[in-house]
Amino acid sequence: MRPGVVVPLAVFAVIAVALGIGLQLKPSEIPSALIGRPAPEFALDPVQGTDKGLSSADLKGQVSIVNVFASWCVPCRVEHPLWEEVAKTGVPVYGINYKDKPQSAAAWLASLGNPYARTGADLNGRVGIDFGVYGVPETFVVDANGVIQLKFIGPVDRNALETQILPKVRELQARKP
Amino acid sequence: MIAELGHFALIVALVVALVQATVPLIGAQRGNDAWVAVAQPAAYAQFLMAVVAFFALMHAFVQSDFSVLAVFQSSHSLKPLLYKVTGVWGNHEGSLLLWILILSGFGAAVAAFGRNLPPQLKARVLAVQAMIGVGFLLFILFTSNPFERIFPVPQEGQGLNPLLQDPGLAIHPPFLYLGYVGFSMAFSFAVAALIEGRVDPAWARWVRPWTLAAWCFLSIGITLGSWWAYYELGWGGFWFWDPVENASFMPWLAGTALLHSAIVVERRDTLKAWTILLAILTFSLSLMGTFIVRSGVLTSVHAFATDPARGLFILGFLVFVVGGSLTLFAARASALKPGGLFAPISREGALLLNNLLLATACATVFLGTLYPLLLDAVSGDKVSVGPPFFNATFIPIMFPVLVAMVIGPLLPWKRGDLSGMVQRLRGAFLIAASAGLITYAMVSGTSLVAVAGIVVSVWLIVGSLMPLVERAIGRGASLQHSAGRALALPRSAIGMAFAHAGVGFFVLGLTVLLSFQTEKDQVLRAGQSMEVGGFTVTLRRVESVPGPNYVAQRGIFDVSKNGTLREPALPEKRTYVGSPMVTTEAAIEPTLWGDLYVVLGDADGAGGYAVRAYFKPFVHWMWFGAAFMVFGGVVSLSDRRHRVGAPRRAKVDAGSGLKPAV
Repeated sequence: MRPGVVVPLAVFAVIAVALGIGLQLKPSEIPSALIGRPAPEFALDPVQGTDKGLSSADLKGQVSIVNVFASWCVPCRVEHPLWEEVAKTGVPVYGINYKDKPQSAAAWLASLGNPYARTGADLNGRVGIDFGVYGVPETFVVDANGVIQLKFIGPVDRNALETQILPKVRELQARKP
Repeated sequence: MIAELGHFALIVALVVALVQATVPLIGAQRGNDAWVAVAQPAAYAQFLMAVVAFFALMHAFVQSDFSVLAVFQSSHSLKPLLYKVTGVWGNHEGSLLLWILILSGFGAAVAAFGRNLPPQLKARVLAVQAMIGVGFLLFILFTSNPFERIFPVPQEGQGLNPLLQDPGLAIHPPFLYLGYVGFSMAFSFAVAALIEGRVDPAWARWVRPWTLAAWCFLSIGITLGSWWAYYELGWGGFWFWDPVENASFMPWLAGTALLHSAIVVERRDTLKAWTILLAILTFSLSLMGTFIVRSGVLTSVHAFATDPARGLFILGFLVFVVGGSLTLFAARASALKPGGLFAPISREGALLLNNLLLATACATVFLGTLYPLLLDAVSGDKVSVGPPFFNATFIPIMFPVLVAMVIGPLLPWKRGDLSGMVQRLRGAFLIAASAGLITYAMVSGTSLVAVAGIVVSVWLIVGSLMPLVERAIGRGASLQHSAGRALALPRSAIGMAFAHAGVGFFVLGLTVLLSFQTEKDQVLRAGQSMEVGGFTVTLRRVESVPGPNYVAQRGIFDVSKNGTLREPALPEKRTYVGSPMVTTEAAIEPTLWGDLYVVLGDADGAGGYAVRAYFKPFVHWMWFGAAFMVFGGVVSLSDRRHRVGAPRRAKVDAGSGLKPAV
């Protein structure tokens, strides 16, 4: 046997191992620069038809979930019932209504129900930019000091809620003296 | 009901493929003719089942049956019919089904057209083809069932992504798949040959047309995809060196090398092990492309919804197919007897050089594509390798390929003579050099790279077509006579000259575009104008135009050149109903010298609009060049050598009465 004929197989073995390791990694998990940093300063008026606005001051004092949503966003509709559920457990869920028409947002909350303890209408998307939002929905878990501890991109499903978001919330709640 | 029928057809296809993958192989090994004969009907049956499944899914899409998950996720009742149909392969599950359809279609084609193929070789080829089929059928049935139902049945689908509703985007995947999957034929033939332990010119004659056809399809697919990016994405780019684009480009490079090395096997009965290896690698790269797109290993703008479980399955399959075939290669390749010897300066030598350079280019793209992954695996750093890397490495490697492409075809087999070559190509060289000099002298600011690009492309065009003309005209022949002679030239020679000249046209377009394109960004109010590439573009007004499911802001621009008014440019920005998505419809005005490309940007709130305008000189030469390459491939495919006499193993080459074609 000529030794050269084994070379392709050897090269492929190295590549296959690299691909195998690559599968364990998650390139789509882009590290957010905001993790461990205080949430950006902002103050938003409430979404039309609701009474409490949202500002960065509201994020302090207890562990909360900030959910960025919009009426035009189909996946938001999918995750919406989960927020209703979480809100009932007593964890405050705040909503930032991203680049939406006031009437559409109001109609959306009226028809699907409003799980949000407070809402902020981010009409021009400025606050969204400060939060580093690049797709809706996005969800942040903020600790009692107003520091962002987790960022979840895309619609939250039951699995993500129970394995990532709620455990984080409980962990942060336990940390509080 | 019809969806279940489709699902059932896939299960039957799997069972048939399992039989086809084993029984003929054992039959061929033991010399059992009855078992060998199973291959042909099995290949037909597998194809038939794939057709049934495919049409069942298409039925669900056309009927907007949202109880089928794939339809719910990627279709919408308001979509035009065309996009309901193309939506079948616009999602992960459906595209896999299309893959299976094409794969089994190629198998059925071998069964149908391979009448003259030695029955044992045919049985083995079909068995290998069926093994690939088994892998894909298991994959689709266990991880990506396109006929999965959902309950409760949704009222409406989710798939109304306006960016994807475009003819260029909708039709390029089938071409890409015909290319990718077409290379499975070369792979199956290679593995069958390794099992048999025999590679001879008849084998190469069988592989060549399949590879050539796959190459043509892949070229069409890549060109359509790149054309779509050019006119739809709104900034005039056409190639991004994105992992998914590279995934289609690597098999193209390897396939191009394979096409050429198979010629050497066919004509000279040498370079056998290398050709077999290339056949394996080309298809492996196609599979790797599938893996990259669907596993989430690399992020890309094109990627389907990714899922690591699917990734693991494909990786396992990849290890089986590529690892298995390379192990077989390692075990058997030494047994392949090397054929005729040749001097470095000879047709074989030139083809070998072409192969080495193309393989290096392919390896470069491979490295650039996978480097971020490797680095992430080793150190956890996230990087992206962008166009600068590819431009700096790929282009210098391709440059000698382009120069040699003219010389190679004129060299005789076995041993050539370079000084005779210099004589023959003096004319082409002089024309190319003067084209470069004239451009340098006439157009100010011409870089040396641009001059080099122009010289090499003119060299390619003239150097490829001139020998063809010389052969037709000969010495002192009348016009009528030469026309007859031109038609009598072997089609493969004509096809090759066309394809090589097509590369020349492509390089010329690319060089001029990259060196001389002009770009302007300006805020315009109604009545104001800007200058780009000698054109004056004046904004008249911006108006709202309602479309079927969008509202467009349409800019109306007067376009004039040297005081003459031309067709107005009408770029649009479309905002879709029920979705925040905005798409850009650039106004592209083709002229003899290039495209004027106008994009309407956002309003500045004070009555002005951001406007971007490009002049893209010679850009159509690139599309024309690519089309010319494919045309050359098709002409070559029609050569009678590919149809007649090819499979007869007994009387190879000697005295077959065929012209030694180029």
